[in-house]
Amino acid sequence: MPNKIRKLPDSGDVQVPIGPQHPSLKEPESFLLTLRGEKITAASVRLGYNHRGIEKACEERTYIQDLYLIERVCGICSHAHLTCFVQAVEEIAAIEVPKRAQYIRVVVGELERIHSHLLWLGVAGHEIGFDTLLMYSWRDREIVMDILADLAGNRVHYGVTTYGGVKRDITPEQIKDVLKAVDTLEERTKYYIELAKNEETIIKRLSGVGMLKHDDALRLGAVGPTARAGGVDRDTRRDDPYAAYPEMKFKVVIDDHADVYGRTLVRMGELMEAYSIIRQALTNMPEGVFRVRAPRRIPAGEATGRYEAPRGEDVHYVKSNGSDKPERVKIRAPTLANIQAVTHMLEDRYLADMPIVVAAIDPCFSCTDRLIGIKDLRTDKKQTLDWDNLRLSGIKWYQKRGVDFSRLNEKLKRSFK
Amino acid sequence: MTEEQIKQQIEHQFGYLKDAVVIKRARRLWLDVPMDKFEEVFVYLTEAMPLVRLLTITGMDEGTTFGIIYHLAAESGIILNLRIHIPRENPAIQSMTSKFSCADIYEREIKDLLGIQVLGLPEGRRYPLTDNWPDGEYPLRKDWKGLSTEKKGGTLNAQ
Repeated sequence: MPNKIRKLPDSGDVQVPIGPQHPSLKEPESFLLTLRGEKITAASVRLGYNHRGIEKACEERTYIQDLYLIERVCGICSHAHLTCFVQAVEEIAAIEVPKRAQYIRVVVGELERIHSHLLWLGVAGHEIGFDTLLMYSWRDREIVMDILADLAGNRVHYGVTTYGGVKRDITPEQIKDVLKAVDTLEERTKYYIELAKNEETIIKRLSGVGMLKHDDALRLGAVGPTARAGGVDRDTRRDDPYAAYPEMKFKVVIDDHADVYGRTLVRMGELMEAYSIIRQALTNMPEGVFRVRAPRRIPAGEATGRYEAPRGEDVHYVKSNGSDKPERVKIRAPTLANIQAVTHMLEDRYLADMPIVVAAIDPCFSCTDRLIGIKDLRTDKKQTLDWDNLRLSGIKWYQKRGVDFSRLNEKLKRSFK
Repeated sequence: MTEEQIKQQIEHQFGYLKDAVVIKRARRLWLDVPMDKFEEVFVYLTEAMPLVRLLTITGMDEGTTFGIIYHLAAESGIILNLRIHIPRENPAIQSMTSKFSCADIYEREIKDLLGIQVLGLPEGRRYPLTDNWPDGEYPLRKDWKGLSTEKKGGTLNAQ
């Protein structure tokens, strides 16, 4: 992986590496962008910096230990990964999960989706310089985090799902609390939807950015809101139902904008659906036990499980060999399915769109070089500018268009003397 | 198309796959094919049948062989797990990137972690191991015992 900005010898394009360690990256990953002027002509990505060998580690631990390990695959979709894995194991061992447990899994799953989508909204706001939105949505996210902490004892790794059901029951008081919180969150989400539909900053900054059209989404195997914003009508909760989803009424939110704006609308729509699902699950929650006994040794067999995580479809494959340790565990997280779409979305876009497209990157070039080579793309003429001359030409460029600060500058100079 | 219809159509198309398709539960089919027949079955399933998605590819060590499972899915929610077994000596599979561009990263993973050659895989950076990972070390093989943990430097063992 090259670690320097370099000029490609034949085309004169500039190759810029971003990551794996970069001030604006939330997690280590590495992008190599080829730029012609401001435009990205090619992008490639290198992952693996966070590879912890969890699949191998699962083979060496018992099913009980794996519960805790699998939950730590992700710090946000922890319930998604755990439930996906547990469902596969339950399929192999033919464990009949009680209805009440199925409902509780759905409630926690949807609360997790709310927490994840509100988090995303804040990050997206931050990446487009709309930090008020970050403050608002993360403030509201605290409501759902408190509810999760109340239900599960933890804010992030809930540890709710286990083989044969769930670890904790929901009390009538907790149901009341959740319903009250959901009402508040729904009110706030309506405001965000209003905001997304009318606020010009959001519409102008997100529209047409990070395009992923229907056919490209299918070809590149995109999943989740990324695909649904391009009109791909797919949702594992409806297509391959699990837990109590067959008994829930909800609609799959799709959109035809196919850009970051569309993805925002899809996520906001999914929030509204999540509130409705939680209300249905809590009001129709069946009575009865919330867990059945599961064997420590799982009979030999194999199963492929799917789960609609907040970021998209999660796939787990589990193979057992009759012992208390799995033979093979394979995890396909939604981001791995979406990563090819990211490079596609970046190509032929402006470098300035990268942060919001990747929603994790905020490159800083003003500190890299003080001497700037300029090539006019139309005439192929080359010239070299130092920092002061670049500034001067910038001032002239604006003066020609009627923006003139020279009088203000004079005034300021005088006042500093 | 229902699970039963898919099973019948596969058996009708390929005589040698009689009773090879197993329906384990609703929406889950399993199919083992001989290695030399894999490509024609794969192409048929993904082009003539509604199995239009490749969810992921799982590779695993089975002792004398390696197992590769292609998890194919239909829009209706049906998953068909198509499996081949390849010999342990000079293991190699054909890249499916020409049919599914998303196969790229899954195949790189199999190549890195199990040491299975992927023929026809486009040039690109490895995934997921580090660039300086030693040759011939394949973590997902069952006989892999981990890299040496010999300590270099430090003062813990100094007398």
